[in-house]
Amino acid sequence: MRFYEYESKELFARHGLPLGQRAVAESADQARQAAADIGGSVVLKSQVLSGGRMKAGAVKFADTPDEAAAHFDAIMPIVVNGQNARSVLVESKSPIAKEYYVGITWDGRRKLPVLIFSDMGGIDIEEVAETHPEHVSKTHISTILPFSPRVAKEAIGAVGVTGSELNRLTPIISTLVEIFLHYDLTLAEINPLAQLENGKFIVLDGHVDMEAEARDKHKALLDDLGIQPEETRQARPPTDFEIKGAQVDASDHRGVAGNVVGFDGNLGLVIGAGGGSLTLFDAVRKHGGKPANYCEIGGNPSVKKAKELTKLILSKPGVEKIAVMMNVVSNTRVDIVARAVIKGCIESGRDPAETIAIFRIPGSWEDEGFKILKKYNVEFCDRSVSMYEAAGRAVAKMS
Amino acid sequence: MAGMFIDVVVAPEVAKDKDLAAKLTEVCPVAIFAVNGNGTLKIAEENLDECVLCDLCIEAAPSGSVQVKKLYETE
Repeated sequence: MRFYEYESKELFARHGLPLGQRAVAESADQARQAAADIGGSVVLKSQVLSGGRMKAGAVKFADTPDEAAAHFDAIMPIVVNGQNARSVLVESKSPIAKEYYVGITWDGRRKLPVLIFSDMGGIDIEEVAETHPEHVSKTHISTILPFSPRVAKEAIGAVGVTGSELNRLTPIISTLVEIFLHYDLTLAEINPLAQLENGKFIVLDGHVDMEAEARDKHKALLDDLGIQPEETRQARPPTDFEIKGAQVDASDHRGVAGNVVGFDGNLGLVIGAGGGSLTLFDAVRKHGGKPANYCEIGGNPSVKKAKELTKLILSKPGVEKIAVMMNVVSNTRVDIVARAVIKGCIESGRDPAETIAIFRIPGSWEDEGFKILKKYNVEFCDRSVSMYEAAGRAVAKMS
Repeated sequence: MAGMFIDVVVAPEVAKDKDLAAKLTEVCPVAIFAVNGNGTLKIAEENLDECVLCDLCIEAAPSGSVQVKKLYETE
């Protein structure tokens, strides 16, 4: 769940990170007043849940309060990557000597947080990593041992930063790591982390993403920041298809049959189980298939809930067939899912044997499930067929 | 009317027995059984396919008076 920049900075401020004077404006008058209160030149930044603000013209500089008010009116209508501005952050303009980058995110392969540091900040870090890899360090962080500033020093020193810069950057980066770990974030990023002409450092721009499952744990913080429980904070507004998917999942407390994301393909996916959704989605694409959706099922959803998910996927324009695939299941029953998808096909006016390209769910109650699939002539396989191979069989059936 | 996959048949004398009706309603984890206004048993047909084959209903009633049929096993 993304935070707006002004919320991220409020979180940073609570932990003592150095920030400029700032205020959130929701009207031109408020922008004018904020600029007057701050004094001198200010920067006005659209508050959207997306990057690319500068390129879109949604970041402007003002030397007077009246200019700030005019810029507010110019910035608010600008849509940045499909996102409307919520407000405008008015912040003091700082005399910058050098820009750095620091970010902490999860390394899915190492299953550890990774601290990324660069002495070339202010631009896209992926671009720096490609063009100037010697200016980027990556340091993994233990989630068991307490974080030591020594690790931050190593990350900073790895790109050749020494002396007073090293000493001044270390506590800032250590604090950012502690924020990342304490609040169950999936991303904590400062870009740029600027060194001013007087040698001090300041957070110019930054944002954080919180693990959605951690929202309840950090309810007090979210309440303080004014983040409402119903705010999904996704990178784009959900489509009707995705909203209906969420409604299906919310219709029954039993299990999961949701987290639907729409794509443009022709193969509907009913997938899940212990990371199976991501694995299977990738496998379909690796075989050249075109997924119509991503989704997650697991935890033994009711027949009705999984059936409604199936019907929703089949109702998506362009969906020719569905592939029903999961990792080996223990807490989801094969027979229950088999009933659901067959019923979903029939209630959608489709022949299950023609519509279900493959059913690959091995595990709990599979014998019972396979009897059902046989009865309806649906092609199925057990755990002797890998998820990758099953995905290939499904893709091979597509026109 | 049966479900697509499961049917449950209850002997008439059990369906009329208010105590057994209440007991069946209590034991079923997926609400296949309910009671009418007069306390007799009714089958919630919309839930038949939710049956998890736990056999709790079979154990709660006199032997042979409740049958759970897997329709996908019949010709």
